[in-house]
Amino acid sequence: MAEPTTGMKIETTAKPLLVCRDVGVRFGGLQALSGVNFEACQGEITAVIGPNGAGKTTLINAISGMVQAQQGAFRLGADDITRAQPHERSRLGLVRTFQNLEIFSNMTVLENVMAGCHARLRVPAWASLLRTRKSLAMEKTIRNEALEVLDFVGLFELAKYQARDLPFGKQRLLELARALAAGPRVLLLDEPAAGLNMSETQVLADLILSVRDHYRLSIVLVEHDMDLVMRISDQVMVLCFGQVISRGTPAQVQCDPGVISAYLGDDED
Amino acid sequence: MSMGYGKDMRWLCGLLVLLVIAPPLLGNNYYLTVLTMCCLNAMIAVGLSLLVGHAGQISLGHAGFYGLAAYTTAVLSATLGVPVGLSMLAGVGVSAGVAALVGLPALKLKGHYLAMATLGFGVILSILFNETVELTGGPSGFTDIPRLALFGFEFTSDLAVYYFIILILGLVIWLSFNILHSRVGRALRALHTSEKAAQAMGIDIARYKLFIFVISAAFAGLAGVLYAHYLTFIAPASFGFLFSVQLIVMVVLGGMTSIPGSIVGAFFLTVLPEFLRAFESIEILLFGGILVLCMMFLPDGLAGGFDRLWRWVWRMLYVRRDKDQDTGEDTGEKTDQAGGGDHG
Amino acid sequence: MDLPSLLQYLITGLTVGATYGLTALGFTIIFNTTGIINFAQGEFVMLGGMMSVFFMRALGLPEPLAIVLAVVCATLLGAVVERLAIRPVRDGSPINLIIITIGISILIRGAAMLLWGKDTFALPAFSGSEPLSFFGAALMPQTLWVLAISLLILAGLKTFFSRSIHGKAMLACSYDPKAAALVGIGVDRMVLLSFMISALVGAVGGAILAPITLTSFDVGVMLGLKGFAACILGGLGNPFGAAAGGLILGVLESLGAGLISSAYKDALAFVILLVLLFVRPSGLFGQKDGKRV
Repeated sequence: MAEPTTGMKIETTAKPLLVCRDVGVRFGGLQALSGVNFEACQGEITAVIGPNGAGKTTLINAISGMVQAQQGAFRLGADDITRAQPHERSRLGLVRTFQNLEIFSNMTVLENVMAGCHARLRVPAWASLLRTRKSLAMEKTIRNEALEVLDFVGLFELAKYQARDLPFGKQRLLELARALAAGPRVLLLDEPAAGLNMSETQVLADLILSVRDHYRLSIVLVEHDMDLVMRISDQVMVLCFGQVISRGTPAQVQCDPGVISAYLGDDED
Repeated sequence: MSMGYGKDMRWLCGLLVLLVIAPPLLGNNYYLTVLTMCCLNAMIAVGLSLLVGHAGQISLGHAGFYGLAAYTTAVLSATLGVPVGLSMLAGVGVSAGVAALVGLPALKLKGHYLAMATLGFGVILSILFNETVELTGGPSGFTDIPRLALFGFEFTSDLAVYYFIILILGLVIWLSFNILHSRVGRALRALHTSEKAAQAMGIDIARYKLFIFVISAAFAGLAGVLYAHYLTFIAPASFGFLFSVQLIVMVVLGGMTSIPGSIVGAFFLTVLPEFLRAFESIEILLFGGILVLCMMFLPDGLAGGFDRLWRWVWRMLYVRRDKDQDTGEDTGEKTDQAGGGDHG
Repeated sequence: MDLPSLLQYLITGLTVGATYGLTALGFTIIFNTTGIINFAQGEFVMLGGMMSVFFMRALGLPEPLAIVLAVVCATLLGAVVERLAIRPVRDGSPINLIIITIGISILIRGAAMLLWGKDTFALPAFSGSEPLSFFGAALMPQTLWVLAISLLILAGLKTFFSRSIHGKAMLACSYDPKAAALVGIGVDRMVLLSFMISALVGAVGGAILAPITLTSFDVGVMLGLKGFAACILGGLGNPFGAAAGGLILGVLESLGAGLISSAYKDALAFVILLVLLFVRPSGLFGQKDGKRV
């Protein structure tokens, strides 16, 4: 079922948690995104697909605040986050991962995830400076929660290794764990399967599904791997040259002739 | 990377014990002066190690903060007659305050730009020290600064001042270790590796950069006020660009991410010129050579070099299992649950 | 203020500014090819002046020959520095590179001090020191030499970068070293070349200024810093901005010294540097933002 871009309501029972209205991003003369409307609901996986250069990562960057959109409005739950800084968006529950891994390579696996807890579990800086009882108690809480998340993604055994010594696939999982530790309401995954082999992708797919169900998150997935997208997404949005050309369930999008000609025709299936 | 907190504390206690028993062993007053200077430089180097090694923000102007505090307390106490304790507090405060004002715009800059901005700032201060003659005494220096005195107690002997300086140095190191073994330390290391990822984790990177910049300037300021009231004489030459570079060398030499390393670096580079008195002129060559060679062959300093050598030897012996990865945080003993497992 | 004295400040400013501009050009050439700020740039300017003096006095060479020899030596030293100290660590973090180039500058300065002592030296003016009168202001013949040679170098560099295959290759390296390597450009060679050219430009600047401002082993620090300030003023990465930035800085400094106080002349350059870095790191003519690197 092909749908024109604007004004479309996605039929869904859940109330959208993340709402982006009429987003436009320009890099010099290049219009990377224009008039993009996007919604993501709690407990759902919303995938964004599109050919190379369609503006998928730009959309994630705009949502997470790493790129300032010239146009449009962003809303997370009850908060207007259009003007919020990246770290403020993260604190409100909008947490992302990166296509090119951005793990903290100079820390251990555990410390990476503990750093993820940074904004959620806090004590004043002076308390850390003086190492007060309260700060120590908080440190313990942070450690335990981090270990819990590591257990969830299956990295518990590797907690004390240097993050940089982990194989690539495990680093991807670590990034996911770190993002989960930040306590997201909306989790933005930027090509989480890039560089993974078949079996690793399989594990990742199951993990993403269990993250959705265990944490009741809204997950936004930007991905190239069509099998993965079609298998785990609840909603799919197709971008092409910075504009939305289709949206709906995976089945609906797959049948859309516009999508097939723009994208699937010259890609796999 | 970081040792456990307990290990760090044991190291600190060992250092303090050594410093406390050192003076009688040295015997000679001249050596005491050198040792005191070592401790003051170590104080600055520790703060700089937090800033450069851990948070990844360079400063080529820390001699300026050192001098600013020294001149502030000198002018307040000697010229205006403010009690020494109060003037010292003001000196540290001025350094920290100016660091906050300069850091706010400067820390938005990265890499070379930040280096040049801090450098420019340091040079401006050094010119001010030289040119505001009626205030600072100009190039010939500021004399007759009162000796250290706190709460009515005057530190008449150099030894007393020395012990007070050790106390402050111990405090500075303790605070630094606390920072490193806390969420603040993690945030700093995080923004060092990836500012983007740190932001994505909700870390306010601008705030943390400023925080550590101000802390490191305050440590430099502490050293500055103690220096002024210890020597009772200060001159602009001690606070110039070259000293900023020397401070960086101390940190680099010891291993940028190692607090003990930066202290060793500070002691080494303070003592070295004393031994090289006879060849005064090659001192500068030596500094340059150390910097270049260190960065080329020991990018993580002496500490890192030993560490790498150790790990290499260990690998040679146990090719399959790398048990030497002692990376547990503070309560290392209690995390054995997370040990073992296949690796790589 | 009357016209002659204003003109006088302008002339002084342009003369010194030309050297700042040449130093700034040196920074720009290396930065554009490698993304490195060479903190040792000022030392090559110092070497240009000091070695010219040395070759004249110690070897008894005529001045032009001494200067040429000095420039050649500085250029070779630039190559040595690149090969020995920069190439092995070129992909290191900015902090490491900053510290290495600072170390190099200290080494060069230290060596100069050991060789030639701490004295200040003067190089004879190229063609007499009889001032010419120019609308009431005194114009030293050396000033004309400085301006002419600076312009010549600027023109030469422009031709080099826009016409010669090497120049174009160096520009390519700055845009994308990987892509440049893919199309067969030897990035290593281009980086080497950039260090040599910038050492050459710096040394020429040092040699032509030495008759006016005197020279000693430690003039490199200030010249280097002001050259960088000129770079920022003109927009880092923009060669003509760098040259113009140098002239503007020189004139501002000269006016500041004349109108306000000569004691704070040096501070002025750095105040300008700081204000620009804080307010407009892209410089007066630049487009690149302050976050490159």
